Amino acid sequence: MTADTLAGWSAANRRRAEAMLAAYPDRRSAVMPLLYLAAMEHGHITEDAMREVAALTGMTPAQVQSVASFYTMYKRDGVGRYLISVCTSISCFLLGSDALLAAVEEETGTAGGESSDDGLFSVEHVECIGACGGAPALQVNYELVEGVAPDKGAALCRWLRDAGPEIVLSDEMQQLFGGRRSFDWAIREHEGAVAPVPAFAPYGSSGEEGA
Amino acid sequence: MASGFPPILTGRMTEAPGDSHTIARYEATGGYTTLRTALSGMTPEQVTEQVKASNLQGRGGAAFPTGVKWGFLAPATPRFLVVNADESEPGTFKDRQLLERDPHQLIEGTVLSAYALAVHHAFVYVRGEYPKPARRLQRAIDEAYAAGFLGSDILGSGFDLDLMVHLGAGAYICGEETALLNSLEGKRGEPRIKPPFPAVEGLYSRPTIVNNVETISNVPWIVANGGRAYASIGDPASAGTRLFSLSGHVKNPGNYEIPMDLTWRELIYDIGGGIPEGRELKCWIPGGASAPWFVPAEHLDTRVTKDDVAENGSMLGSGAVVVMDDTTNVVAAAHRIVRFFAHESCGQCTPCREGTTWLERMLWRILQGHGRPQDLDMLMDVSDNISPGLTWPPAMTTICPLGPSAVSPITSIMKYFRDEVEEMLAAGVTT
Ligand SMILES: Cc1cc2nc3c(=O)[nH]c(=O)nc-3n(C[C@H](O)[C@H](O)[C@H](O)COP(=O)(O)O)c2cc1C
Ligand code: SF4
Ligand code: FES
Repeated sequence: MTADTLAGWSAANRRRAEAMLAAYPDRRSAVMPLLYLAAMEHGHITEDAMREVAALTGMTPAQVQSVASFYTMYKRDGVGRYLISVCTSISCFLLGSDALLAAVEEETGTAGGESSDDGLFSVEHVECIGACGGAPALQVNYELVEGVAPDKGAALCRWLRDAGPEIVLSDEMQQLFGGRRSFDWAIREHEGAVAPVPAFAPYGSSGEEGA
Repeated sequence: MASGFPPILTGRMTEAPGDSHTIARYEATGGYTTLRTALSGMTPEQVTEQVKASNLQGRGGAAFPTGVKWGFLAPATPRFLVVNADESEPGTFKDRQLLERDPHQLIEGTVLSAYALAVHHAFVYVRGEYPKPARRLQRAIDEAYAAGFLGSDILGSGFDLDLMVHLGAGAYICGEETALLNSLEGKRGEPRIKPPFPAVEGLYSRPTIVNNVETISNVPWIVANGGRAYASIGDPASAGTRLFSLSGHVKNPGNYEIPMDLTWRELIYDIGGGIPEGRELKCWIPGGASAPWFVPAEHLDTRVTKDDVAENGSMLGSGAVVVMDDTTNVVAAAHRIVRFFAHESCGQCTPCREGTTWLERMLWRILQGHGRPQDLDMLMDVSDNISPGLTWPPAMTTICPLGPSAVSPITSIMKYFRDEVEEMLAAGVTT
């Protein structure tokens, strides 16, 4: 069944889907990882994506839709190549998150939660991303940057536009545009996001610098 | 780290920052020897005994004694262990550091706990916004499998354990343990009515223990040094050290591992370095966005223990301390927190779903200068509807504590800063 359902998927993601279905004691538990895989295949959570995930897990498409709509990270509408999530929860708010959000929206031309006309950026404000000691913080494709002053936030957007990195690396952005961190990151990482989906190898959503 | 205390959780990452996350460093600093000793020379009951004797209390928010919870695990098999790494309470970033900087400590704690609980399948539920911590943990899990610390017949003991990382997808409520279990089952992350508790009917209706990352990260030390040694650290009723996340208007934000016997003055001024730019402390949240606030006139010399904080009408919760200076607009700050709960309500209970939305709108209106005098009473009425009697701890009429949590910032500003709220209303009405 998997082969038919996933006719359009890459061989690598088909293998990952099989692995997910086998790894859990109950295949319905694979619905969340499979939705991430489907988002990688389709760009976002489309109707087709939900039908495919339903067939794989033995759920109905309506059940999959009900699950997908519960979680904010399953994007039902297309998102830009770079999804910028600015934290505006309490600790970031106290240290100027609203000015950072405004600067990012202005630089990308996305005020009001829309995507930019060139399809490059989507900007959202989000609740606490666990970086409160490095407030204000944001994520690009869920890769973290801490201690971002508004002008640095705008510069980060310009850099994304000009450099157009294939792999979004937290350490690189932190070095160029970040400030105070919640704690010493200590270890440089070379794995990052290749799409606006959390970068995690089992979900096929991460890439390695130089690989 | 602070107060010259030998750290339990953060020692390795402080001493070997460059590679504290690797199995090589972990083993070079004594890691996995406790597991060897336990698997070869201790019964599961003996491991549980040490955890009971330690008086370790859960670090996920409710401070429930871990050993007692383990004792509730129903005998049926299979049974599961789920490590809660959903860390989403605004102000909290301690589990992120434990995952990124010392993932093997968590893995060893998980294997020891699973051994004690006769569990053969464990999960770590990591919030979706934590891809880097998830990657670090996954690499460490791969290393642990390769070295024989996970998988079948661990270290030749005959004990099997599979450990799997599951990523969430953006929903604070999935930190609540029964919502988390629903999420892990492939359902919407809606809390279940308790009882039954997860220890009796949890994942796939099987007996399940859910523990926080920091809780489980303490287990290797406890088993290695004995529960009594752990219990003797800090305050008798709040054993061990805790990792506090300090943020907001404080000079040195960060995570600090301290024994629970300091005062708030010591935590905010000595460890946190005080308030930046010569400003004054106005108030602080002692335990995450859900906790009622503290003010300097009343609480600076209160001790940072579970009981002392409870006696003063709040909680240590997730260990998140959010500091606000005298320039803070407390109505705006309260609005931010209420907005969070309104956004994160799962919608199952009417008082929570409707009430948090109402509170958010009213505060917004006041902030916009459109408040009305009767709004003060209405704020309290709606709050009372969500959390009847406005007691602490709240009388629970909702399925989970999220709804009542949304009321904490409201009761806090009405108690300590009512004049400021009234001033804003007056200013709004005249314009
Ligand atoms: C709304 C809500 C959110 C919660 N979020 C978390 C969380 O992010 N992490 C966590 O460990 N516990 C969280 N908890 C507490 C869990 O329900 C549970 O008590 C805890 O994971 C048990 O582990 P412990 O005993 O080790 O603390 C939350 C509880 C509620 C009501
Ligand atoms: S109190 Fe709120 S979050 Fe908790 S179950 Fe009810 S509606 Fe959902
Ligand atoms: S409040 Fe912004 S990261 Fe926590």
